[in-house]
Amino acid sequence: MEEIITLDYGSGGKKTSSLIEELLLPNFNNSELNELMDGAILESKGRIAFSTDSFVVSPYFFPGGDIGKLSICGTVNDLLMCGAIPKYLSLSFIIEEGFKIEHLKKIVNSISETAKKCDVKIVTGDTKVVEKGKGDGIYINTSGIGFMEIEGYAKTRINDGDVVIVTGNVGDHGVAVMSARNGFFLDTDLKSDCMPLIDLAKTIFKYGNNVKIMRDPTRGGLATTLNEFVEGTDLSIELIEKDIPIAQNVLTACEILGIDPLYSANEGKIVLVAAKEIAENLLNDIKNLPEGRNASIIGRVTSNYKGLVVLKTPIGGSRILNKLTGAQLPRIC
Amino acid sequence: MQLKINPNDIKDIVEFINNYDKKTIKIMEVCGTHTMAIAKSGIKTILPENIKLISGPGCPVCVTAINRIDEVLALSQNPKVLIATFGDMFKVPGSRPGVNLASLKSMGAKIEMIYSAMDALLIAENNPEYEVVFLGIGFETTAPGTAVAIKEAKERNIKNFSVFSMHKFVEPALRVLLDSKEIEIDAFICPGHVSTILGIKGFKFLADEYKKPSVISGFEPEDILTAIYKIIMQIEKNTAIVENEYLRIVNLDGNKFAQKFIEDVFEPVDDVWRGLGVIPRSGMGIKDIYSDFDTVKRFDIKLNFEDKVTICKCGDIIKGKIEPKECSLFAKICSPENPIGPCMVSSEGACAAYYKYLRF
Amino acid sequence: MCLAVPLKLVEIDGNDAVAELDGIKMKIRIDFVKDVKVGDYVYVHAGFAINKLDEELAKENLELFREVANAAKNKSE
Repeated sequence: MEEIITLDYGSGGKKTSSLIEELLLPNFNNSELNELMDGAILESKGRIAFSTDSFVVSPYFFPGGDIGKLSICGTVNDLLMCGAIPKYLSLSFIIEEGFKIEHLKKIVNSISETAKKCDVKIVTGDTKVVEKGKGDGIYINTSGIGFMEIEGYAKTRINDGDVVIVTGNVGDHGVAVMSARNGFFLDTDLKSDCMPLIDLAKTIFKYGNNVKIMRDPTRGGLATTLNEFVEGTDLSIELIEKDIPIAQNVLTACEILGIDPLYSANEGKIVLVAAKEIAENLLNDIKNLPEGRNASIIGRVTSNYKGLVVLKTPIGGSRILNKLTGAQLPRIC
Repeated sequence: MQLKINPNDIKDIVEFINNYDKKTIKIMEVCGTHTMAIAKSGIKTILPENIKLISGPGCPVCVTAINRIDEVLALSQNPKVLIATFGDMFKVPGSRPGVNLASLKSMGAKIEMIYSAMDALLIAENNPEYEVVFLGIGFETTAPGTAVAIKEAKERNIKNFSVFSMHKFVEPALRVLLDSKEIEIDAFICPGHVSTILGIKGFKFLADEYKKPSVISGFEPEDILTAIYKIIMQIEKNTAIVENEYLRIVNLDGNKFAQKFIEDVFEPVDDVWRGLGVIPRSGMGIKDIYSDFDTVKRFDIKLNFEDKVTICKCGDIIKGKIEPKECSLFAKICSPENPIGPCMVSSEGACAAYYKYLRF
Repeated sequence: MCLAVPLKLVEIDGNDAVAELDGIKMKIRIDFVKDVKVGDYVYVHAGFAINKLDEELAKENLELFREVANAAKNKSE
């Protein structure tokens, strides 16, 4: 019989210890975690950034990643967007009874690999098991601490004339996960862009306060994030539709399902506003990284409209891009 | 296989339309997918003041009566019922604010989102413990697929499958609009994919009987711009014919196979349209020989044909009398999150498209 | 009213078929299009091919756009 997680694994007894000692410790081996205290005691310097995120993605294995990789990238990327270099993470599992240990091993392995890539340590954690039917396989929470590298990213520093840059193709993650979940397609080569943004962020940090704000446009997609940059201000963002990089297969999938890639989640992209003087140089530096090769200047900040994101269409028309209202659903009409 | 049109060609058409100032022309785009395409490509923002595009009754969700939605929502509470629906219907509210299929699913109702009527049939086969109800919405383009599912259910003796048919014919609604004395529409952009099924002849009545210049159009910006150009030309020449711009898939007679499926399975019945009331022979009722697969008969649903009047001005908007922003509820009380009237409930409704894309 | 996209037929088995575009493959039904073969493009709405996309007609469509553009240009001038 296949090995599965039972309620015993969350009881705090022998099974819990075996899970920790046989699976988790060997993967996340570090002195802070190995102490197995009730919490981790950490070295720090100066100001820190602190962030938390929970991951409930379904399916938990999807093309281009899994819930483990996503849970590390998610918190690591959030810390980077604060201007911090991620250092320590906590990791908590909530697992539904009956979950295959084989699957847990795969997820832990992918967590460990991603954490190594990001040079972050998993220093504390927890595992709980819930009864069958009380969860969707596995949920993960990660929290993280990063050391501040650069302070002051804020929408209040955005000015008329600034330039908007996105570091690559838009909409990959949301469309890949939606396709994997609803089974509308027989087969695709759609892939989540889930990845740590460390190298991109470090490149952007070098431009100091010439970069006004940056964000990883996850839920709600590019359109929602850009709205957050200008809402409530006297400024607007004008985007050039044809300059927004979108993979052809993502466009096609969106067309079939009747959804808009500009509202589809990304898990490996940064969108930023920068002073126009440095925009070209910054763009070139980003493009020199493999994950930034499709980066593009997609628009600029203007004072033509108040607090709006406006898309200039290829035929010379325009339309407003609002924030996402409710989840996008596939439609036939 | 995308058509590779020369961007300069588009520019020339745009420039002509943009500079056209001779006559005031109100054009109705019948189809909700046109409404979306027009909004997404920003066509309204390049039209001169004197050319107006008005959204017609071609959004299947928008024209579904609120009573029908209430009946569906009530049915979803039957513990034996599993509702299979296109995503379009998922968030449409009934008469109780905030209650829709999505919210009832959160509370435990069995509701599955599907892409094809055949998916519903498959769900029925795989879940014999449930009565699977497929929500049949849409016009002549969508109805043939539903007909295939019903025929196949009968052939394969799948007993736990039925269709709640809310399918509708386009022509009767357009006739009601045109016969109403209040109408202020000069020309029509005809729905490209309904025309694929019905053929050019399906819309000839617009020109022959009502003398309205009409162009069947595809859904790319260049299709719609070409249609607008051709309408201007007809009006300038004072003619009224049905032209076909969507050459690549629309022909004179349409798709006879698809038409046959509609005829085999459905018959015209009186139906209620949200905002327009009861229109004789405008609905697609399931024929008696397939009555085993008719949800209404199987669950003995007493259909309510009253068109509950909402306080908003959707009726006037669909008739082309006013624009969404002229309704006093628009964007104040009525929004996509809290839709009051039919034009706001679906993303392809006139008000929803205006709300999302044009509130500069 | 109805979204439909042109997809290429890659497998046909009676009324069942597989259609593809840009690596996206989906199962569709072809009950309404009788004279199709693998390699043909069909417009797909809600899982059903509603018509074949005729390549000759597609060329004519492009030609139509060009004619309209030329006429529009002449009238603008």
